[in-house]
Amino acid sequence: MSLEKKYPKEIKQILSKYPPEHKRSAVMPLLYLAQREEGYITKEAMKDIAHLLDITETDVASIVGFYTLYHDKREGKYRMQVCTDLPCALRGADEFLENLCENLGIKVGETTEDGLVTLESVMCLAACDRAPMFQTQGPDGIKYHEYMTVDRTMELIEALKKAESEVEK
Amino acid sequence: MTHVLLRHRDIPDINTLNVYKKNGGFDAFKRAVTKMKPTEVTDVVKNSGLRGRGGAGFPTGMKWAFIDNRNWPHYVVANADESEPGTFKDREIMEGNPFQFLEGVAIASYAIGANVAYVYLRGEFWQVAAFLDEKIAEMEEAGYLGNKLFGTDYSLKIYTHLGAGAYICGEETALLESLEGKRGQPRVRPPFPPSYGLYGKPTVINNVETLANVPMILANGADWYKSMGTADSAGVKIFSLSGRVRKPGNYELPFGATFRELIYEHGMGIQEGRSVKAIMPAGASSSLIVVDDKVLDTPMDYATVRTLGADLGSASVIVLDDTVDIDWVVNKTIHFFKHESCGKCTPCREGNYWMRHLTERIHSGGGSSGDVDLLLNVAKQMQGKCLCALGEFSTMAVVTGIERFPQDFKKA
Repeated sequence: MSLEKKYPKEIKQILSKYPPEHKRSAVMPLLYLAQREEGYITKEAMKDIAHLLDITETDVASIVGFYTLYHDKREGKYRMQVCTDLPCALRGADEFLENLCENLGIKVGETTEDGLVTLESVMCLAACDRAPMFQTQGPDGIKYHEYMTVDRTMELIEALKKAESEVEK
Repeated sequence: MTHVLLRHRDIPDINTLNVYKKNGGFDAFKRAVTKMKPTEVTDVVKNSGLRGRGGAGFPTGMKWAFIDNRNWPHYVVANADESEPGTFKDREIMEGNPFQFLEGVAIASYAIGANVAYVYLRGEFWQVAAFLDEKIAEMEEAGYLGNKLFGTDYSLKIYTHLGAGAYICGEETALLESLEGKRGQPRVRPPFPPSYGLYGKPTVINNVETLANVPMILANGADWYKSMGTADSAGVKIFSLSGRVRKPGNYELPFGATFRELIYEHGMGIQEGRSVKAIMPAGASSSLIVVDDKVLDTPMDYATVRTLGADLGSASVIVLDDTVDIDWVVNKTIHFFKHESCGKCTPCREGNYWMRHLTERIHSGGGSSGDVDLLLNVAKQMQGKCLCALGEFSTMAVVTGIERFPQDFKKA
């Protein structure tokens, strides 16, 4: 189903924020909308957005490629994005990430076998006083998890797993 | 001390409309719209000495006065793209004291005659944006935003807009490109945003913290504001303290407080009782300051910090203790800038690519004897040649790290 058919109300609301002659401004919120369900933006969705905004598919794809929070292929349902920038690293972020990898049995950039979590190392998330920290990017948007330990992270992953299996039931 | 900006620390629930109102909220905006001319509002801000809190320290009232009145409509854009490693103040303002920030946006809009304002937040602030949307809706309901405010002809709408993970969008012209639905790459300047901004229209772009000051300045007067801080840097500043201190966090202090006060009184000193080796006062973009007693007793304002060979910038003070190797620090900052370089101009794109190779090699111990000189050479060749400040910033830690801490680069 096209984006327009699926989310008519949301699209109207997004477009209302910008002057009609500058509707291209809506490309970023529309990409978030397109990414909501699958966790990545399909070629079809890019085509839909291009059509909605009177720009080319290449224009849309160039936006997807430029910004790190847009993805063009399916990976884990949740992306766990650990900040390892300087201030976080001064408070143990590198060791935290290393231990997390060991516990999950995956390397940075890889996805757990069940397809639930992709582990990533990212740039500063503006929470330097609460390191180690990461954000999860998933179907429910982006959430911060601060003052984290490996144990608490594993608990969080267990909770996500449980929620997942309940949905399946 | 009672806070001017982080007032949620003194007044519980100030992030609710009623409590904010009870504490004088929106009085300044109402008075501006009903009793003052836009130019009078700008004059108060000019006289207060308020300077931009995003890092550049440009006088705020002067920026507003630059707006081109021959070209309409005008826009206000609040820069909430907070992405400098070490900076985490704007998020606390928006979460803790959102109405004061939004009132600042409203007053700035009135002062330059804008009927639409955007708050551009970094994409990671997804939850903050949703929270601000609720607050904006409450203001609309209460008659502080919308059409014909307070019975006048003035109308104002505020919208949030989420970025999607790009440090460069904190640079004001890259932010505008991004808001226009393009890749966030800086524009060639001039023209500057007050004459050619969003959609080619005159635009004022102010940092969140800058705008949060404005209602208090209007309420208490320019002289009150100037009575805090130093002659060079008026008022208060939120210092984001991070790194190897016992108690990292945001501390709102008048300009002129010393590094020692920030690190030892507020930050409770260094972990494990160690000593400070270096300070980066402006986040990852900062020059590295070699620390001794004299440095610790230096008042933090724009002009005085410059005498230490660094800029105060956004006052994101990263503290490095004597266990930290500076070649590791430089490798970290270059990793950041290499990732965040937008690719538009060659010196920054290529320079950071090569600097990244060199810092990695030097840090891992696999460098050759000429690598440190080569790294310094690449950094210096970039300086003054990049399209925007990002390229310049990327060289700061490299050059000052090698020149001021040569012993840490000896293993190469």
